[in-house]
Amino acid sequence: MNLRRIFLFPARVWMALFFAAPLAIVCGYSFLTRGEYGGVEQPWTFENFTRLADPLYLAILWRSVRIAALATGLCVALGFPLALFIARAGKRRNLYLQLVLLPFWTSFLVRTYAWLFILRDTGLVNTVLQSLHIIDAPLQLLYNEGAVLAGLVYNFLPFFVLPMYATLERLDPALLEAAADLGARPLATLRRVIIPVSMPGIVAGAVLVFIPCLGAYLTPDLLGGGKTVMLGNLVQNQFTTARDWPFGSAASLVLMLASALLLAGLMRSRVRKELM
Amino acid sequence: MHVLELRNVVKEFPGQRAVDGVTLALERGGFYSLLGPSGCGKTTTLRMVGGFEKPSSGDVFLNGERVNERKPYERNVSTVFQSYALFPHLTALGNVEFGLRERGVAGRRERAMNALELVKLSARAQRFPAALSGGEKQRVALARSLVLEPQLLLLDEPLAALDPDLRKQMRAELKAMQRQTGITFLLVTHDQEEALSLSDKLAVMNSGRIEQFGTPEDVYLRPASAFVAGFLGAVNWFGDAGVRPEATRIARERPAEGPSRRASVASVVFLGNRVHVHMALDEGGRAVAELPRAQDQFREGDAVWLHWNAADEMRFP
Amino acid sequence: MKRHALGIYAACILAFLHAPLAILILFSFNAGRFTIWEGFSTRWYTAALNDPQLTEGLLNSLIIAGVAAVLSTLIGTLAAYGMWRRNAPWLSGMLYLSLVTPEVVTGVSLLALCQWAFRFLHLRLGMHTVIVAHVAFSIAYVTIVVAARLRNYDRSLEEAAMDLGAGEWRAFTRVTLPSIAPAVAAAGLLALVVSFDDYVITSLVAGVDSETLPMVIYAMARRGVSPVVNAVSSLIVVAFGALILLSERLQER
Repeated sequence: MNLRRIFLFPARVWMALFFAAPLAIVCGYSFLTRGEYGGVEQPWTFENFTRLADPLYLAILWRSVRIAALATGLCVALGFPLALFIARAGKRRNLYLQLVLLPFWTSFLVRTYAWLFILRDTGLVNTVLQSLHIIDAPLQLLYNEGAVLAGLVYNFLPFFVLPMYATLERLDPALLEAAADLGARPLATLRRVIIPVSMPGIVAGAVLVFIPCLGAYLTPDLLGGGKTVMLGNLVQNQFTTARDWPFGSAASLVLMLASALLLAGLMRSRVRKELM
Repeated sequence: MHVLELRNVVKEFPGQRAVDGVTLALERGGFYSLLGPSGCGKTTTLRMVGGFEKPSSGDVFLNGERVNERKPYERNVSTVFQSYALFPHLTALGNVEFGLRERGVAGRRERAMNALELVKLSARAQRFPAALSGGEKQRVALARSLVLEPQLLLLDEPLAALDPDLRKQMRAELKAMQRQTGITFLLVTHDQEEALSLSDKLAVMNSGRIEQFGTPEDVYLRPASAFVAGFLGAVNWFGDAGVRPEATRIARERPAEGPSRRASVASVVFLGNRVHVHMALDEGGRAVAELPRAQDQFREGDAVWLHWNAADEMRFP
Repeated sequence: MKRHALGIYAACILAFLHAPLAILILFSFNAGRFTIWEGFSTRWYTAALNDPQLTEGLLNSLIIAGVAAVLSTLIGTLAAYGMWRRNAPWLSGMLYLSLVTPEVVTGVSLLALCQWAFRFLHLRLGMHTVIVAHVAFSIAYVTIVVAARLRNYDRSLEEAAMDLGAGEWRAFTRVTLPSIAPAVAAAGLLALVVSFDDYVITSLVAGVDSETLPMVIYAMARRGVSPVVNAVSSLIVVAFGALILLSERLQER
């Protein structure tokens, strides 16, 4: 028997049993009915999906897409100049890359908690503003969309910066020289050469930020309190507190499909090589 | 019995036939070369002998045994890779001992040291590949293969990565090593000078086929095809007759006998011990003659007669 | 002029990335309970180390992350080698998918699997289910790191080993594995960090006896900010930073 096939066997089994099979079960559950005591029962139904169209859940869906899109936009706006700066930093580019990556690799939970620490009523921002007598009562900085947005941008900015940097780093300097030679000033070069040429990298980075933001759970949970419910929180809530597994499964399926389609789109497009 | 025999071997890759029916038989103890331009199938042929590729059709025989299905480690041949492929985590000595250990040979330390001695590298035995020069890596790779005393040693462009001076020196050492060990060498190269100077016999390959297999004199002086003639050296074409530049002579007057053409000197290139005289033929076309420096001085624009011995003509059907 | 503007902008963003963690670490040494500096003290670290919940969580986390890292490194390394220069479209598709699937979806689907399977097996949620889940999401990370190394690995090394008489298994263990060992170690460290850090999936498949450190921290954070959490968080930041730097060093070799 072929050695390579033997080597692939454990991963195939593990991924099939503990990744694919659970997803298949969730797929199946999403077409079943909620049992009296929280389990799942026949008959088969589409009701779980039609329920997602209720105004209440549509609002959650819309909020998730809106927050994810805003976070993506902010990541592009913050990350593109940073990536451009690093790509042009010469010998120190590795140092700057490390600086971007290091906080990214420290615990996701701790990073989110740090924002809780800064934004809460007795947190750093409020304490400083109060001690400077700019405000009297603490501002409500936490448990709103703004806090969630800040947390998401903070957590996922490196997802954009890395592919963007890889693209900009490969950009042929001769293109910029040619643009200058043809009379383009720096800003015109940016607008008419750098951005169009690096568009695949921008798209790749944006999708890589959008996918985890859309499915975010921990950030809205900690920084949004109960108020800023996103799709991920809906799923978790249906499986734990509400114990409506079929409905939670339907919401999971929607989230899963959206993520998978975005990934598939990314893999099929020209943009793919930006990731490899 | 032939140490290696290829019978109508074909190798197809998706969308391409890399080797297209190669038949070849090598006598024991000789130095052989596969010569050809890049992409002619010579490396693929070598990899099928080494066991790294399986022929799509045809057969490979080692010592009369059909070995198509045998894995590399089941064949008594060894390869010196173009990149040397030295194991970076083992010392020079460790690399040379590797194969002995796999074969469970006794006294491997001593045999490995002898092999390093043979390639004049015993002083570097404890060095890791990263601390060796290109030429030294080359020698370790050779020692690593030779120590196993294979029936056949395969060398894939072994000198290509060396600088020109070292290449000339290693060329002489390779030849000496082959004579000393008596192992059959099969060398793959695109350098015709290398193949001509080293080989007892060489096979010239073109687009997956062997165009000619013969001694260096055979292939150089009596090429079997226009391709072989052109690949091994420059050729002046006079109709369907080809003449090497060094067999081409120049005279001020029309020679009394033998074939000749009228021409005018286009340029003279000084090459130290010889000169190349480039000419435009009156009948159209160009030719070059290689002459000793001492001869009559020709100048640009001189009208000359170009002539040669009919015996030096190369003709192809 | 423009270069300057870009540099200042970049510096601001880098500050944005580092300030929250720096502030957290700074105030973990604050003698007072609030965000007003009252002097240097390590009392919160002492308190953290003496908190039975935290130490038990840490122990659980270490066991889970250790076992999961070893298993996923083994499985992932073999898989990366199996996929090297060869196509395994289903497996690689599943691995990519596992990377982009929202954690909460992975978590609830594993929970669903457990509930379904436990009807036939006499098992309960616990440390074993957490380990199974962690291995499932760590394999992709390991495979990516090892596969990246294999892409730069000279295949003729392995061919040379076989040429010298080593069988496929010996060629793998004696030549390929030593060559890619630093990348395998790096992948293992990465798996350790990813597993140790996970909260979302863990919280869904953990049993009562398998509270991990992130779960304890999460519960404390929900209850309100405690300086003890700052201390633990700072320790995690430093430990993770060291492990990741080590992992990157290993990958460069």
